[in-house]
Amino acid sequence: MPKEFEFEKSITELESRIRELQTISESGKVDLSREIQAITDKVDALKVEVYGSLEPWQIAQVARHINRPSTLDLIKLLCGDEFVELHGDRLFGDDSAIVSGLGRIGSHKVMIIGHQKGHDTDENIFRNFGMPHPEGYRKALRMMRTAERFGLPIVIFIDTPGAFPGIGAEERGQSDAIARNLAEMSDVGVPILCFVTGEGGSGGALAIGIGDRVFMFEFSVYSVISAEGCAAILWNDPTKAKEAANALKLRAENLLEAGIIDGILPEPLGGAHRNHQRSAEEIVKQIEAHLPILKSMSREQLIEQRYKKFRSMGKFSCEEELENA
Amino acid sequence: MGWFDKLTRPRRDVPSDLWKKCTRCGEVLLIKDLAKNLYLCSKCDQHLRMPIWDRIALLSDDNSFVEVNREIRSIDPLNFVDSKSYVDRLKESIAKTDVNEAVTTGRASIDGIPMMLGVMNFEFMGGSMGSVVGEKLTRILETGAAEKLPVIIVSASGGARMQEGIYSLMQMGKTSAAIKRLNRARVPYISIMTDPTTGGVSASFASLGDINIAEPGALIGFAGPRVIEQTIRQKLPEGFQRAEFLLAHGMVDCVTHRRVLKSTVARMLRYLSA
Repeated sequence: MPKEFEFEKSITELESRIRELQTISESGKVDLSREIQAITDKVDALKVEVYGSLEPWQIAQVARHINRPSTLDLIKLLCGDEFVELHGDRLFGDDSAIVSGLGRIGSHKVMIIGHQKGHDTDENIFRNFGMPHPEGYRKALRMMRTAERFGLPIVIFIDTPGAFPGIGAEERGQSDAIARNLAEMSDVGVPILCFVTGEGGSGGALAIGIGDRVFMFEFSVYSVISAEGCAAILWNDPTKAKEAANALKLRAENLLEAGIIDGILPEPLGGAHRNHQRSAEEIVKQIEAHLPILKSMSREQLIEQRYKKFRSMGKFSCEEELENA
Repeated sequence: MGWFDKLTRPRRDVPSDLWKKCTRCGEVLLIKDLAKNLYLCSKCDQHLRMPIWDRIALLSDDNSFVEVNREIRSIDPLNFVDSKSYVDRLKESIAKTDVNEAVTTGRASIDGIPMMLGVMNFEFMGGSMGSVVGEKLTRILETGAAEKLPVIIVSASGGARMQEGIYSLMQMGKTSAAIKRLNRARVPYISIMTDPTTGGVSASFASLGDINIAEPGALIGFAGPRVIEQTIRQKLPEGFQRAEFLLAHGMVDCVTHRRVLKSTVARMLRYLSA
């Protein structure tokens, strides 16, 4: 995973130029503040130009940026040291690709659950690149039931390439774990707020994605299959990922239009990886706006509303067919 | 998800409409004999894929099946075009299978017990689940809950239908939530997994039966075997993701021979129904 993308090369080059000039300037020999300002303005304009017109395939790359705020990064910013991480599914093990625990966001005590990716190779190996095994989904469900018992709303961060495809995952029932979560989440009697922060990778994302409100960050994606996977299957050519990304309509604005999500959280110019704090602030805004409404609803109302939300998803025609059509 | 579409394409090269090769022992079998023998290989007893109308006849009492929601048809919400357009793929599948979608649903009875039945059709775009499959199954699950009729779903699917993008993914949530409601209504749901049941279908309604039944030898799993091999770069063990493997790992209640499938399901329903 590159730290910079081809399309932002010109930006990072100018940024390193600014840092050089700043170093010189700080040494006190010459005042370069005017030059620095000029380049800064240029970078800002370039960012607007580049990030304002990203292709779906480029957005899919930004969504996977190695410095993108992870669940634990966000938890740190949202809850500080108040957060208590809770581990394990009580059945098999503790999956480090999903983290969970108790925290306080603003005035709300909440259960937080999220996929966890790493910021470097070692960390990513430990986190299995954010791809959970069944025990991760079972841990998430255990946390949701605990939250329900104590009346705690649930805040979920979604960021995974998908559920892990491996021998152990199949032996321990990856399908069962995902399916069970989908069914049970439709029946959890406390508010559930979901945020797709990076990659919303298929069933592995949806397995913690049945929420009363579902939001996506501006440069996150949510899809039934990765662009690469889709290209390999339908085009028989993994290099057609760009075409597949276009066809899948996996951007936040596509999903908002389709009525699948409830809102889009803006990202700082250049993407969330450039300013984690800003992402946390946007999350707090949504929580403060929506949680009081959801908290005022009864268990039955919440479950009914959540059922209807997902019940209505899908597009089809219902007309009587023409004879011999 | 949906990789089965690709994986199984070579098998469609069966050169004649009159015969089929057994997928296990390679025996050449005449279709008309197969149809009389429940699509079981006469040599090795392999459970070959069964056409949906034969499946419906196998599970329901004579003339009891009445189709519902036949008029629900796919549209092309994303204007999806890969090497072919989704609209063309749909037309081809409809022409080939003579049904409108990858699932056929209806009311029927089994040994005199009224029920709702859904049967997936692997021949229709690999049995993939798009909006229509999700909607038709959700409707029989809701009818089952409302009228206290047990629901039986026979799965055969490579997973979600990529051509409908996010809409197809959401069908996993929709059908699973409908099953939870059926559970709450204390109405039995029996899931019958046939070859193959993978991806988003396996990871939603197919795995959620009060009782999960698998057909002998059926490939059942979340990820397709090729995807797993490519990910972990090692060969998969013999029998991996087959029905018997799932039984050994506690994921299905039983592996049931096709000859006794109807009587087994009926017996289960008599225990579970009021």
